[in-house]
Amino acid sequence: MILGKAIGTVVTTISHPHYDKRRLLVVQPLVGEADEDDPAFIAVDHAHAGIGDTVLVNREGNGARDVLNLEGGCIISVIVGIVDSVEICE
Amino acid sequence: MLFGRVHGTAVCTIKYPGLEGIKLLVVQPLNKKLEPVGELKVAADVVQAGIGDLCVMVRSREAALAMPEITFVPVDLALVGIVDELNVRPYSDFDTRLKPGSNKFT
Repeated sequence: MILGKAIGTVVTTISHPHYDKRRLLVVQPLVGEADEDDPAFIAVDHAHAGIGDTVLVNREGNGARDVLNLEGGCIISVIVGIVDSVEICE
Repeated sequence: MLFGRVHGTAVCTIKYPGLEGIKLLVVQPLNKKLEPVGELKVAADVVQAGIGDLCVMVRSREAALAMPEITFVPVDLALVGIVDELNVRPYSDFDTRLKPGSNKFT
């Protein structure tokens, strides 16, 4: 799982049946101060997140299928939590 | 899952069994600013996208799972949605760095 910032919304009217009635958000991964930016990606929202929220994202297909209870689902990234705070050792 | 722009079609007469009737499109992967990233790729289409459409794509095993009926096919990129509306805030709006110590987000 990774931490990310929800930075945008995606609206699709025509989509695969597995994506019906699911919200898609654009997520920018959080990185350390000295690290380079990771590319942003699209994730299915399962935690009622919104733009500006720091989110916990599962980026693995099997986990996504379990979370969404969707056997054979073609979804990889799912937002599974909204993060309040992160503590990092100095 | 990532963005892609449809640039053309690819036609194969001989395909792996199970892939018959599945449209192949040439797509350019894009970043969040919709700028091209990497080289052109071929994606299987299940949403009847057309040339010029901005799409949501899914990679790896999940691309094969997106296929109708037979899901054990050699496909590693599939179009799963056509984007109608996209609202991405500028990068400067957010702080995406984790600092040592406590990071509070709420």
